[in-house]
Amino acid sequence: MINDILLSSSKAKGKRPYFLEDKAVERVLNITMAVASEVAVMHERLDTIERLLASKNILQNAEIEAFVPDATQAEERQRWHASYISRVLRIVQQELEALQQDPANNRSMEEIAEELGRI
Amino acid sequence: MNNPVINLPPVYSLIGKHEVFPEVSHDETARYNFLANLNRHLSTVISPGNKVAFEKRVQPNFIKENGRDFQTRDEVKEAIKHDTQYQTWAALRRSQMEMRQQAGRSMTLRQAEDLAKKVAELNAKSPETLVLNDKVKTPHYLEIMDNHCMPGSYHTELFAGDVSNAANYDSGLFVTSGGMLGKLTDGGGKAISSWVLSNAPDFKPKRILDIGCGLGHNTLPLAMAYPDAEVVGIDTGAPMLRYGHARAVALGIKNVKFMQLNAEDTGFETESFDWIQTTMFLHETSMKAMFKIGTEIFRMLKPNGLSLHIEQPQYSAEMPLFEQFIRDWDAFNNNEPFWGAMHDVDMFDWIVQSGFKKEHLLSFGARAINDNEDHTKPKAPEVEDHGRSAIWNVFGAWKK
Repeated sequence: MINDILLSSSKAKGKRPYFLEDKAVERVLNITMAVASEVAVMHERLDTIERLLASKNILQNAEIEAFVPDATQAEERQRWHASYISRVLRIVQQELEALQQDPANNRSMEEIAEELGRI
Repeated sequence: MNNPVINLPPVYSLIGKHEVFPEVSHDETARYNFLANLNRHLSTVISPGNKVAFEKRVQPNFIKENGRDFQTRDEVKEAIKHDTQYQTWAALRRSQMEMRQQAGRSMTLRQAEDLAKKVAELNAKSPETLVLNDKVKTPHYLEIMDNHCMPGSYHTELFAGDVSNAANYDSGLFVTSGGMLGKLTDGGGKAISSWVLSNAPDFKPKRILDIGCGLGHNTLPLAMAYPDAEVVGIDTGAPMLRYGHARAVALGIKNVKFMQLNAEDTGFETESFDWIQTTMFLHETSMKAMFKIGTEIFRMLKPNGLSLHIEQPQYSAEMPLFEQFIRDWDAFNNNEPFWGAMHDVDMFDWIVQSGFKKEHLLSFGARAINDNEDHTKPKAPEVEDHGRSAIWNVFGAWKK
């Protein structure tokens, strides 16, 4: 079995370029953008639900507030959190992979471009 | 209500699905919708700021410091690095591209085993049109980095029969291209086949070769345009071919064969194809490989045969250095390192060096045929997005 959560956030072979003066800021930017993405995803889902419930006239706000997940539901929710956090912290994982991997898998595109462009 | 005309990318639910297409959940659809919109925002709102910053600050500062203007795009690349507008755009664009890979791969990896099973079942329906050869090695130029920052690239199999990256590739082009390539992402193949049909009406190819076919999204339009021809798609990536073949079976296209071969030395008979095509492929090779492939194309092509190549426009002395720099950006920052060197080559020289005669060269512009466009809606003027629009240069030659 493959670990789909970690593999989904894997680093590609080749050195990652950074653009901001401070790498730390770029790291935070990437995390923030991933969170932004997930907020959009949630917004779209909520939008679907609200529209469906409204169209069926069955939205009960109190029921939502009182909801407690059963064991299976709780497991599903925790898995969702694991995959969510991996997505948000992708860049941290990739920097660690770059540190750990064989330097041959982390060559700069400048260096490779020079090699591939040779006659 | 204030509703200005804004060109929005099509929602992901409009993508053309087929039997091997991954299952897409509500959240995965929404994630792709976010990424397509982010892509659109970056290319139409933030990217144009690079030219403004270049003209207002980067270029004047360079001239002041050096007493002369830029002479190479490398000088532009070095100087613009320090501009904060550019830095912000570049950091966001890189992030968007990585998120796109993450979104597609988290979708296909969670169902990797089901995808492999579906693909194997469909491939078993027509085993004679899929020829894999594990002796074909991944070329050095694909081995040393992962193209398009897709972890594992075209060739990695996480387990025997894995096609998750091929499915990821298939699912994500709609997002990165903003749907410009059509529901089945076949706008390039459709553009080229419709050009040949209308400009060479007497040309009746019996055997067509598509080099670097990947999952065949631009190969199938050739097979559909010429139903009496045998179309052969070759690639070195077995997972792409396995997925692409299953996709062709699912779409009911029978006159196409997928073979695992390296285009530098195919083993096909001399003068055995009427038409040899490459579509957005050459820039993913290397100088050495491209020249070998050119010679191999000429060898395989029958007399009176046609060879065509779709790429972005070549760089020329007339192209402003800023435009060259921005077109070259993905080479370094989306892992397509041969892009720059390839676009510096005079492609007519390459074709002539392959054996074709100067008087039989041809070139024309092509625009993707896009079945996603809603022509009934008003459109806002488009912003130029260098190197990322679905408008290409086609060059090639007849072998006479």
